[in-house]
Amino acid sequence: MKCESCDNEATVHDTLLREGAWVEVHFCEACAAKQGIAQPGASLNDLLTNFVLPQIAGEAAKRPKPAKARTPVCAECGFTFEQFRQAGLFGCPSCYTAFESLLLPLLERAHEGAMQHVGKVPKRITEAASGKESVNGARALAERRERLEREKLLRRQLDDAVKSEQYELAAKFRDQLQRLLDSSRAADPSRNA
Amino acid sequence: MAGRKNNPAPEPDPQGGNPDSGSGSERDPRAGGIPNGGTLGGAGTLAEWLTNGGEACDVVLSSRVRLARNLAGHLFVHRAAKDERERVLQTCRDWILGANVCDRIMWVDLHESPQLDRNLLVERHLISKQHAKGKPAGSGGAVSPAADEPRAVAISIPDERLSIMVNEEDHLRIQMMHAGLSLEECWKHVSAIDDKLEAGLDYAFSPKLGYLTACPTNVGTGMRMSVMLHLPALKVTGEIEKVKRAATDMNLAVRGFYGEGSDAIGDLYQISNQTTLGKPEGAVLTELQDSIIPEVIQYERHARNTLLSKRRAALDDQVFRALGALTHARLIAADEAMQLLSLVRLGVVLGIIPNLSVQAVNTLFLLVQPAHLQRVLGKEMDQEHRRIGRAAMIRERLTK
Repeated sequence: MKCESCDNEATVHDTLLREGAWVEVHFCEACAAKQGIAQPGASLNDLLTNFVLPQIAGEAAKRPKPAKARTPVCAECGFTFEQFRQAGLFGCPSCYTAFESLLLPLLERAHEGAMQHVGKVPKRITEAASGKESVNGARALAERRERLEREKLLRRQLDDAVKSEQYELAAKFRDQLQRLLDSSRAADPSRNA
Repeated sequence: MAGRKNNPAPEPDPQGGNPDSGSGSERDPRAGGIPNGGTLGGAGTLAEWLTNGGEACDVVLSSRVRLARNLAGHLFVHRAAKDERERVLQTCRDWILGANVCDRIMWVDLHESPQLDRNLLVERHLISKQHAKGKPAGSGGAVSPAADEPRAVAISIPDERLSIMVNEEDHLRIQMMHAGLSLEECWKHVSAIDDKLEAGLDYAFSPKLGYLTACPTNVGTGMRMSVMLHLPALKVTGEIEKVKRAATDMNLAVRGFYGEGSDAIGDLYQISNQTTLGKPEGAVLTELQDSIIPEVIQYERHARNTLLSKRRAALDDQVFRALGALTHARLIAADEAMQLLSLVRLGVVLGIIPNLSVQAVNTLFLLVQPAHLQRVLGKEMDQEHRRIGRAAMIRERLTK
C-alpha cells in the first residue's frame, strides 16, 4: 500500500477521528511524522502534543460554549467556588490558585489577618531555591511531575470518551495510560503496586 | 475479633499471616506474623501517654501535634473517586512502610476492618471518628458505602505515639502524641517524620500559602497542636467558662475528650491552636507551651488548693462518693463512669485517695469506653450487658 501523501510504501496505519467520522489513514514514516501520527515507539509525549491535544482542542472548540459561568471554576479539577462554599473543602491543590482572589478575605478572617505562609517549607523547595539540589534529583522530580500530569490528562480524556460513548477512542486512551503506568513503574519503583 | 469478615482482596502477605488474623499488619521482621488484635486494645498493652506521667501530669494527660499534608497532582480526598483514593493509598503505603519512621509500625486498612476495631482506634485517639466512618467518594466513581472507601492508618507500636491517617480529610494526617505537657518533643518528633515522608512523597505546597489542605482553615503550616487537660476543679468552681472565653479570644479552640463536637466528659478538655497561616510552628509552640497552657495549669491548681483549704469536707465527700459509686455500682454507663473517674482522679492527685495511681485511673478512662470494654471482656455485647460488664470491670480494677 502506498502512502497517501507521497509514493513511498505506507508503513504507518491509523484510525483518526476527522470531522466527527472515523477514517483509516496510511502514511510512510516521514509523512506520518509530519501529520503528527504516532509510530510504534514514538514517545507518549509526542503522541500527546502532536495528536491527542490538537484533537481534544478541536473537539472542544466545536462544542457550543457554555453560557458564561457566574461562579469561577478551577481549570484543573472543574470544582466551582459555589461547590467550595457548600462543601467547605477545595477540590484539589490548584483550587487555591483558581480561587485566590475570592479566598484571601476568607483566609484573612480565619487566620488573624495573615495571607502569607511562614514556617516549615519542604526541603526540596528550599534546596531548589538555593540551587543546591542535584541536577539528577531535580530532573527526576520534573519527570515525575510530567508523568503525573500526563496520567491525569489521559484519565480525564478516558473518562470523557467513556461518557460520550466513544469506546474506540476510550480504548486508545486506556492503552496509552497502561503504557504510561508501565513506564512509570519501571522508572520509579516507589510507585510499584 | 468477633464477626471479622474475610479480607475481600487479600494481598500477598510476605509474612504468611492468614486473612482471618486481623486487618493490622506489622512490618517488623522480629514480629514473625500479624498480631491478632492483641497489639491494640488489650488491657495488656497501653499507649505511652497513658502509662507515663510526664510533665504536669496532675493536670495534663497528653500533648499532641498533627500535620495535614496532601500529595501534589491528586484531587483532595472528598472529591476523589475510589480508584484515585486507592492509588493515593498505595503510594503512601509503599513510602510510609519503607521510610523507617519508627522501629515497629502497624498498618491497618480501615475499609477492611470490622467496626469494633475502628471504634477501638477512635477511643485510643489514633484515628478520628470521621476516619472510622469513611467519607463518601467523589462523583464519577463506583458508588460504595463510605465505610468501604480505601483509607488506612499506620501506627507506631507498642508506644502508639505516632499515627498516620491516610485518606482522611487530607491525604495524610500525621499525628504525634506524648504523655504530659510535651508539645516541643511532639513537634520535633513529628517534624522529623514529616521530613522522612516528604523525601519520597511530593507534597502540595505553595510558597505563598504553605501546605495546601482540603480545608482552608488548615492551610499554611497544616499544624494543629493540642493539649488534653483534666480540669475538674475549674469545673466545680465554675471558672471553666472564663478559661473557655479567654481561649476563644486568643483564637484557640476548646474541645472535649474526643475532639470536635464532643462534650467534655470526665472534665477532660483539649485546647488547640486554630491559626495555621502566618504564624510559624515555633511561635504557636512557644505561645501554648510556655504561656497559655502553664497559665491554665496554674489556674486549675489554684482552684484545687482553694477546694482543699476552704471546702475540704465537701471535696472529700464528693471524691469518696464517686469512689463508692464506682466500687459498688452494678450497672454503669460510660459517661457516668467518666464523670465519677474524674473525681477519683482529682482525689488521687490531691492525696485524698491513697493506694491508687493516676495511671490506673487514666487507663480506666479508656477501658470504660464501649469498644475497649468489649475487647477486654472478649465479646460483643448489647448496652445492658455492657453496663453490667463495665461495672464489674471497674470494681475489680479499683478494689484489687
